Amino acid sequence: MSERHRLLDAAAIVGIGATEFSKNSGRSEMRLAVEACEAAIADAGLTPDQIDGWVTYSAETNPEIEVAKNLGAGEMTFFSRIHHGGGAACGVIQQAVLAVSAGVADYVVCYRAFNERSGRRFGAGVQDRPAQATAESAGFAWYAPFGLLTPAQWVAMFARRYMHEYGATSEDFGRIAVADRTHAATNPKAYFYNAPITLEDHQQSRWIVEPLHLLDCCQESDGAQAIVVTTPDRARDLPNPPVLVRAAAQAAGDHQEMMTSYYRPSITGLPEMNLCARQLYNTTGLGPSDFQTAVIYDHFTPLALPQFEEFGFCGRGEAKDFIADGAIELGGRLPINTHGGQLGEAYIHGMNGIAEGVRQVRGTSVNQVPGVEHVLVTAGTMVPTSALVLGADRGGALPAPSTRSFGFRGRRGGGSPPR
Amino acid sequence: MHESGTTDGAAFLARCKAFEGREVDALVAPDPVNQAMIRHWVEAIGDTNPVYTDPEAAAASVHGEIIAPAVMLQAWTMPGLRGTARGPGDTNPQSQLLNLLDDAGFVGVVATDSEQEYARMLHLGDRITARSVIDEVSAEKRTALGVGHFITTRIDYTAADGELVGTQRWRILKFRPGTGRGTVNPPVAAEPEPEPEPPRRMPRPRPGTTLDNLFFFEGAMERRLLIQRCAACQVLRHPPQPRCDRCGAYDWDTVEACGRGTVYSFVVNHYPQVPAFDYPLPIGLIELEEGTRLVAQIVDCPIEEIAVGMAVEVTWLDDDPDLVVPAFRPAGSGS
Repeated sequence: MSERHRLLDAAAIVGIGATEFSKNSGRSEMRLAVEACEAAIADAGLTPDQIDGWVTYSAETNPEIEVAKNLGAGEMTFFSRIHHGGGAACGVIQQAVLAVSAGVADYVVCYRAFNERSGRRFGAGVQDRPAQATAESAGFAWYAPFGLLTPAQWVAMFARRYMHEYGATSEDFGRIAVADRTHAATNPKAYFYNAPITLEDHQQSRWIVEPLHLLDCCQESDGAQAIVVTTPDRARDLPNPPVLVRAAAQAAGDHQEMMTSYYRPSITGLPEMNLCARQLYNTTGLGPSDFQTAVIYDHFTPLALPQFEEFGFCGRGEAKDFIADGAIELGGRLPINTHGGQLGEAYIHGMNGIAEGVRQVRGTSVNQVPGVEHVLVTAGTMVPTSALVLGADRGGALPAPSTRSFGFRGRRGGGSPPR
Repeated sequence: MHESGTTDGAAFLARCKAFEGREVDALVAPDPVNQAMIRHWVEAIGDTNPVYTDPEAAAASVHGEIIAPAVMLQAWTMPGLRGTARGPGDTNPQSQLLNLLDDAGFVGVVATDSEQEYARMLHLGDRITARSVIDEVSAEKRTALGVGHFITTRIDYTAADGELVGTQRWRILKFRPGTGRGTVNPPVAAEPEPEPEPPRRMPRPRPGTTLDNLFFFEGAMERRLLIQRCAACQVLRHPPQPRCDRCGAYDWDTVEACGRGTVYSFVVNHYPQVPAFDYPLPIGLIELEEGTRLVAQIVDCPIEEIAVGMAVEVTWLDDDPDLVVPAFRPAGSGS
């Protein structure tokens, strides 16, 4: 497997658009998708008839042909889906990068839209899913009859072991929630605008599944987010400053399961995220110190911690120290989730986090970090996942990537990247 | 989690138990089994079987005549719209028992289940009498709704000549509101002897089965904890799969686990609450002595005593007749 690929600076994000984020949109999921896509296309300075590629998640309920029809987008030459939910977020962008760089489409819209609070709630898990003689249904046979039914419960099993092995505490998880909600408090688009929390609030929130409190869990949201991708050359003719997709990676680890990789020798790391890191670093020549801000996937706070470890921001088990003392809040050494994350802004399966990465590179975030050159964006954890490095366009004269290797090559199954 | 007033609890239970076997009342049906009530009932239910309404079809059936739907059994002796309101000075034993529970704070009430057995079909003209007896008052139980006592009433239905035509067991729960699941420190009485739980309102979620994992659930029905083994290289694997990813063999058999293991990790579920389970619900990731891991409920252990590394042994949850699943309890706590 090559961990360096030819997708370096192969595409740019030129448009972002979203609906409002709420608990009850009052509109169909289809309408949300169409509104977000229309807004993203307009933001890009394009018209719908120019869009010829569409990418979304396999969990999406709005078919690309229906969205295109609503927008009057006409013909399409590329359409694709990435499996599951939040782990797909950056993989959807990678599909668009592949399509425009291969020339099978000129402008690709990536989207995710749902009424995930007022409609079918993801937090309810698989309790209503009928037992079937399919491989995916048989996979749930090891959890559903035993009462382990929801994403929060699946994640809590990792969290408990992580606490046991590294001495992390619920307060350490709470620091992720506090950072998210602190940033959401100053983001008017965030559901929890003007509603910061303290660590004490986190500790006093009720148990959802021990060791996870309510405030360790992302929201359930109604809303939609869309993103437009094209080639860097085309991007430079459009109104917004191009945001380069410097590298995009997908990854599934050895013995990967969908949320329940409980059978690996160790379950406290995220080998699939390590594989994302190896690809991104080896493709771009960048390393952990090259990011001024990051969007760290946060469906549940405990699994933010090993992401810092897999990306080499700190050693294994040291994330609790890395995130202490406001390090991940504005003004800290690596502010994360400046939009408020999925706990604070909205849970749109990671697509809204990618949009925040775009704003940070454009310099238009409401919580702008100064001097942003590169943003790391990650997708869902404990699932087949994906990640991006977004970067500023330097007029087509980007420095060639260095040839230094970060030693990630060949590490598998929970090896720790060097610091 | 023991409450201090266990002795008081035992005395209170004894007072409740004194009602067991006492006859509540005997209701004589105001009308004999009749075609009009049957017609209204089957129309409301949507049952178009002619054996209930068409004399010719009924005569040609195995019954030879019009019969009443069996599940109408309770309808014939129902006291009607005005019913029978319970008052504080009521001398009816059932009212006295309910008042006793009310006074002890068990003011909530919910009907949990009703079982009926039919001795024979009812025919037009049958005159039914229902005799109710307080069958059982359970020890204090912790339920999803709250701490309370189940009261089972047995009702014998007889025809005019005294022939038993059907029996009903009617169960209600009298509970203390606000002491249900999600309560941090619910007052729970010590409960040394296990008693049969009332039937669950909903069975636990079924497993999706394929030819690759069916053996596990079939083994569980026989209380055998099976692990898949590669027939070629002998490696054990869970979850099972059709091909050995080590040696490539498709042939496999199973070994029966010894049932001992340790808690590798665990969670305690609080929300959302699914009717098939009681909450808080501890679930472990169990590492078996044989080396494989599996997810299963942790039972017979106070939640605060569950810990990573705790030695456990298998036991079986068989409250669903067609789905037995393994669970784990502290090692040595059985037998």
